Amino acid sequence: MSAGAAVVTRGIEKSFKGVPVLRGVDLDVDAGSIFALLGSNGAGKTTLVRILSTLLKADAGTAEVNGADVASRSAEVRESISLTGQFAAVDDVLTGRENLVLVARLRHLPDPRGIADELLARFALTEAANRRAGTYSGGMRRRLDIAMSLIGDPPVVFLDEPTTGLDPQARAEVWATVEQLAGRGTTVLLTTQYLDEAEQLADRIAILHEGRILVSGTLAELKRLLPVATVEYVEKQPSLEEVFLALVSGTPDGGRSPGPIPSRKEPR
Amino acid sequence: MSIHALGDARVLTGRSLRHIVRSPDTIITTAVTPVALLLLFVYVLGGAIRTGEHGSYIDYMLPGILLITIASGIAYTAYRLFLDLQSGIFDRFQSMPVARSSVLWAHVLTSLAANLASVAIVIGVALLMGFRTGASLAAWLAVAGILILFTTALTWLAVIAGLSAKTVDGASAFSYPLILLPFISSAFVPTRSMPGPVAWFAEHQPVTSIVDSIRALFAQQPVHDDIWVALGWLVAILVLAYGFAIASYRRRLG
Ligand SMILES: Nc1ncnc2c1ncn2[C@@H]1O[C@H](COP(=O)(O)OP(=O)(O)O)[C@@H](O)[C@H]1O
Ligand SMILES: [Mg+2]
Repeated sequence: MSAGAAVVTRGIEKSFKGVPVLRGVDLDVDAGSIFALLGSNGAGKTTLVRILSTLLKADAGTAEVNGADVASRSAEVRESISLTGQFAAVDDVLTGRENLVLVARLRHLPDPRGIADELLARFALTEAANRRAGTYSGGMRRRLDIAMSLIGDPPVVFLDEPTTGLDPQARAEVWATVEQLAGRGTTVLLTTQYLDEAEQLADRIAILHEGRILVSGTLAELKRLLPVATVEYVEKQPSLEEVFLALVSGTPDGGRSPGPIPSRKEPR
Repeated sequence: MSIHALGDARVLTGRSLRHIVRSPDTIITTAVTPVALLLLFVYVLGGAIRTGEHGSYIDYMLPGILLITIASGIAYTAYRLFLDLQSGIFDRFQSMPVARSSVLWAHVLTSLAANLASVAIVIGVALLMGFRTGASLAAWLAVAGILILFTTALTWLAVIAGLSAKTVDGASAFSYPLILLPFISSAFVPTRSMPGPVAWFAEHQPVTSIVDSIRALFAQQPVHDDIWVALGWLVAILVLAYGFAIASYRRRLG
């Protein structure tokens, strides 16, 4: 693998009870970048993230995270990652502070309380620090959840649909956090069903559909996949949504009638 | 377990003990049914039961009641484990550099603490109701050892249930047959009072030998071979349950 890659997968396959979910996934995520894995509900995003975070074994293929194979060197992988699952994984019975202290202890870090205080302040949870997490709003739970994931500064962070179910303000907060992380050099692999989220945050985007990566590239590269207008018309760049729908349609569960990719024309 | 694993298990046990301290109702709920059974058998049914042994009826039945306490208490262990799996916190721990076995061990140790607390409550009530024993410290320790072994064996069964359950109810349903088992044993009436096939079953199922051993220890009588039969059962259940629990734990990662 190249020196600059934080996540590399080749031919990852996974079936559940004979039903294939991943059918040969190849992925390259550059270190320090924000990478968005885009796919509709049930595309297999969570399955792939679980394989990368050593929670699930692939049926075939290889995956390396931070230079270590997820199957044969899973303990090393766990040292360098953190996972923020699709649903906030906080302990509802413990307070916000206790949740953070717990993770800091489990990561064997010195001064767990100091770490907790710092993160509570950074995520605007100081006021609520001594309340049970079960009493938090959805946005606060997500913030606590992400704060727990950042303890120990893991170089690779997996965020599985980090903004699903959040209101617009909480969503903007998560986006700001992700950008901050990347600013510090952390590699962020996030999954999303929201095109605007991928468009807004990601350095590179991969579209997962029917168990394979349909396309992968920068936003500009993906946009170039659709032909632009003819000479009589002023060009309009296709939006990521148009690229996505054009690529996904024509396949059995694409949800759109198959047909030629329409070229965008906008007369002036 | 390595030093690391021990440290992780200690931190995680501290966490689930907090759950119990913050909702002590689980410990009390566990003790309620056994205490009700104590009252029922001692004050309603006990007068009609001839055990053919010296001592009061409560002395006779307490060992079985203690086993029922534990059998119902471990349902909460399955429940807590199931909730951890559902909430995703289990996945969080598993994706961290935490010794993996420590996540299960924390639940097992918490189960021991919670069940021993419930058992202590039931013994306290029994003492108020007239339970008496002249057992020596060594005999008490032997009883404690048997109960700890019993709890540990059943807790690993609870771990299997918690790991494989699909619903909250499913996570605790496995304990119902375990709670009933003492009724078809020497726990409440001597097995010789039962019809042939039932008596045969009662004499050959694990509860009878465990109950007889504890009863003998409390009564300062020799435990005979019962103790070896009891220990054999307990160790066999423990080893099997542990093996299946670890196997289903591994399967989750498949
Ligand atoms: N443990 C499992 N057992 C059986 N089927 C599963 C399991 N996990 C996921 N699936 C199935 O795999 C498919 C992909 O799921 P998932 O990875 O959660 O998709 P996404 O996260 O993209 O919505 C879905 O059809 C889902 O039902
Ligand atoms: Mg998902």
